Amino acid sequence: MSFDIDLQLVVGETRIACAFNSSAKLTALVGPSGAGKTSVLNAIAGLLKPASGRAAVAGDVLFDSANAIDLPPEERRAGYVFQDARLFPHQRVEANLAYGEKLTTAADRWITRGEVVELLEIGDLLGRWPATLSGGETRRVAIGRALLSAPGFLLLDEPLASLDAVRTERLALLIERIRDELAIPILLVSHSASEVERLAEQVVELDGPTSNATQGRSRDRKLKF
Amino acid sequence: MILSAAEWAVIALSLRVSLLAVLVTLPIAYALAWLIARRRFPGRMLLDAAIHLPLVLPPVVTGWLLLIVLGRNGPVGSWLEATFGITLVFNWLGAAVAAAVMALPLMVRAMRLSIEAVDRRLVGAARTLGASPFKAFLTITLPLSLPGIAAGAVLGFARSLGEFGATITFAANIEGQTRTLPLAIYSGLQMPGNEDAVARLAVIAIILSLGALMVSEWLVRRSQGSRAHVL
Repeated sequence: MSFDIDLQLVVGETRIACAFNSSAKLTALVGPSGAGKTSVLNAIAGLLKPASGRAAVAGDVLFDSANAIDLPPEERRAGYVFQDARLFPHQRVEANLAYGEKLTTAADRWITRGEVVELLEIGDLLGRWPATLSGGETRRVAIGRALLSAPGFLLLDEPLASLDAVRTERLALLIERIRDELAIPILLVSHSASEVERLAEQVVELDGPTSNATQGRSRDRKLKF
Repeated sequence: MILSAAEWAVIALSLRVSLLAVLVTLPIAYALAWLIARRRFPGRMLLDAAIHLPLVLPPVVTGWLLLIVLGRNGPVGSWLEATFGITLVFNWLGAAVAAAVMALPLMVRAMRLSIEAVDRRLVGAARTLGASPFKAFLTITLPLSLPGIAAGAVLGFARSLGEFGATITFAANIEGQTRTLPLAIYSGLQMPGNEDAVARLAVIAIILSLGALMVSEWLVRRSQGSRAHVL
């Protein structure tokens, strides 16, 4: 089981319920804006404490309110690529990439910096400051930084949003490669039907703040490949 | 400009008092600024108000309060003397304490603003990459709030250099011990015929303050790029 999620979140005044399980390599979480897709990612990454529920990824229980399990973010091994990238502005690209890598043990690492640089074609960017990167470059560096933190799974929040056609295609190809060549489960948030159609093996629909567990689960559907 | 030995001594004393005040206050001010910027706890408003008290109180009253608490018969002052043999009244350590207390609110304000300006989402990103809360603080919050630390230090230094009311009340005006630049200027004005000496000391005060500002501006630019400013 890649993702085994059953979470109830309270964000401000709204309640979000999200329940699904997926064995797919890449699972897409879709739904209208404001449905709480990013909140679900934050909850899985440990940045947002759910009101109740359970979250297990690749067999590791990250959160379980019934058994008082709530791992801190640094112990969840989430490779979270934020929609706004969140590169560290005071560090060059190279230091950004190394940030998570330096915090892992050699035994946990499954990809080298050279491999990441080659995969993402970011060799020319290593000496640059994040503020000087384009949108597509920023995303690739953010993906690289996440991969190098030796994650057990990836959370991609709108990785293709607001890029031009060429860059979208390039990044989509890259996500396909990561999906097919790296053996870690990916949860992707997107509002683009074509993007989901292309990348996802399984789709979970979150229909807004009132959605509940059964709705979420009943709307799971397998895409044919 | 030729300075007399006594005037050089005044400058050296002022620098010693101000530097000690700023160096000792810096970590305390940063810790307080971080607490107020990042933590919600009961008594936070009270702590904030207490830190700002020296900014709004007449300095003479702050000096008097220091005398009550840290004076030889004060609760903390008598303990310090009994335990460590340290007295703070009427010596340069006392002048540094008065300067530090007066500088604290300005330093906390500058640092707090810069800590609040650090995007907390970056700290969240660091956590998902495997950083403990302390590691995330060391690698993200601390370096990104460096301009505020520099600004706080320069403001605190300038405030310490100019401290008058609390110093003269708590530490008195003793030549060679607590007679810092402002006190020396004040003393010079008390006696006729000292206009030249007063003018020289005033010019020195201006040069030191401007110098502190420029040094910190340079430090901030070197670490943060040419568009960053201290104040």
